[in-house]
Amino acid sequence: MKILVPVKRVIDYNVKVRVKADGTGVDLANVKMSMNPFDEIAVEEAMRLKEAGKATEVIAVSCGVTACQETLRTAMAIGADRSILVETDVELQPLAVAKLLAAVAKKEAPQLIILGKQAIDDDANQTGQMLAALLGWSQATFASKVVIGEGKATVTREVDGGLETIEISLPAIVTTDLRLNEPRYATLPNIMKAKKKPLEVVKPADLGVDVAPRLATVTVTEPPKRSAGIKVADIAQLVDKLKNEAKVIA
Amino acid sequence: MSLLVIAEHDNASLKGATLNAVTAAAKIGGEIHVLVAGSGCSAVAEQAAKIAGVAKVRVADAAHYADQTAENLAALIVANAAGYSHILAPATSNGKNTLPRVAALLDVAQISEIISVVDADTFVRPIYAGNALATVKSADATKVITVRTTGFDAAANSGGNGTVEALAAGPDLGQSKLLGRELTKSARPELGAAKIIVSGGRGMGSGENYHKVLEPLADKLGAAMGASRAAVDAGFVPNDYQVGQTGKIVAPQLYIAIGISGAIQHLAGMKDSKVIVAINKDPDAPIFQVADYGLVADLFAAVPELVAAL
Repeated sequence: MKILVPVKRVIDYNVKVRVKADGTGVDLANVKMSMNPFDEIAVEEAMRLKEAGKATEVIAVSCGVTACQETLRTAMAIGADRSILVETDVELQPLAVAKLLAAVAKKEAPQLIILGKQAIDDDANQTGQMLAALLGWSQATFASKVVIGEGKATVTREVDGGLETIEISLPAIVTTDLRLNEPRYATLPNIMKAKKKPLEVVKPADLGVDVAPRLATVTVTEPPKRSAGIKVADIAQLVDKLKNEAKVIA
Repeated sequence: MSLLVIAEHDNASLKGATLNAVTAAAKIGGEIHVLVAGSGCSAVAEQAAKIAGVAKVRVADAAHYADQTAENLAALIVANAAGYSHILAPATSNGKNTLPRVAALLDVAQISEIISVVDADTFVRPIYAGNALATVKSADATKVITVRTTGFDAAANSGGNGTVEALAAGPDLGQSKLLGRELTKSARPELGAAKIIVSGGRGMGSGENYHKVLEPLADKLGAAMGASRAAVDAGFVPNDYQVGQTGKIVAPQLYIAIGISGAIQHLAGMKDSKVIVAINKDPDAPIFQVADYGLVADLFAAVPELVAAL
């Protein structure tokens, strides 16, 4: 069984995001970029399935600018066997990415596609579900446990109020939640090895996909700042403030 | 112009999140219809018909909608999408699971987790964990939207007089089957709907401490209980307690953060609360930068003292 793992290059989760003064977006100049943390979990899960003998090959795929090659090298350093970059400078929105991934999936015919439930830049939480729809596959989003069976998978999902376990037919899409696993660190020998693994570059036109954005960003602004309040000296003053100033408790 | 709101429910009762999505629909403007897809869900349909501003409730009642599986639900929505300018659902785990599938099948973008409506094509949504707000304009014929419930007031759940009509069920695609649910049972209010939330972080030290120290306070205040991602990662509490970018987004009247340092991803989930109280022994903890009232103290002494003072 082949597993396809889409990965996204995003601003590193430790970086403090700054909105550009002209309101066109956030400042990405000279900012550290990394693999979307949820996608790292996806690569790790694919590797664990391969190590458990459930998968034969793990293919990482990324859509975006040339620099996404670094993200793919990271995925291969964690263990992916090879990777594909769908290269474009166009701003990609989730529907376009889902269409590109669907085209790659039709070519590679994986039984399972594992990807992060959301990217920490646009927080859209759409790509996996859209990809499942375009391929007509079943989906298990927000996964915290994945068990592969014969032609099916049993997936535990993080839902409002607790957990839910579903059985889905393969091929399928799984999107990862935080507690699915703890990704390993890539070791230096594996980082070196990853440099020699195959990385294929294709263009959206090669896949016959129109990637034009559907949503126009009118403006990006800073959220209203919440200013620090006061420090209270003790519990008595805190209770007094809550009762008499904020009036949030009786 | 008509808008379709997808109801959130458990086949027995309508969930409050639906009311916030109806308000978002009302802000866009037009005739509001509510889709109730479930099994044995006629009581839900009656409740939906009473929501102020709802003109029509369309009910698809079939066994294969009982568990809200995305594959069947999305197919049903798409089959009935004609004539609607906007399709909205609350950004609950069901809404987030199903609506992108609907959008892709309609070949339109989804606009995720809107917090305000500028006009019928233009919406504001948080990006980068709420560190920036993007105003986006859609050029698609049908706008598929998930609604962040904290961004909109709940519509009144009485006073409406919508008509109820049955909708033919679609086929069972048989791609997904629910095996079981383990829902956290609690007499406390739901995190998303609570007026007061007591939340604990890594500073609690252990799951045992979390419950021992925070439960009396939550009991006294009638509050829901939440946690930071650090507390969840440390195994103190289950993930459905998590407040933050990757957990629940909340905006109660009062949010009491105890032993929480205030990582960006946690602030993203609670900074719209009306009043924030922070109790932390580290005077430099970032949580104090957003707290209305901060108390620098050892939580193990301060919280019992607070319980006694209430």
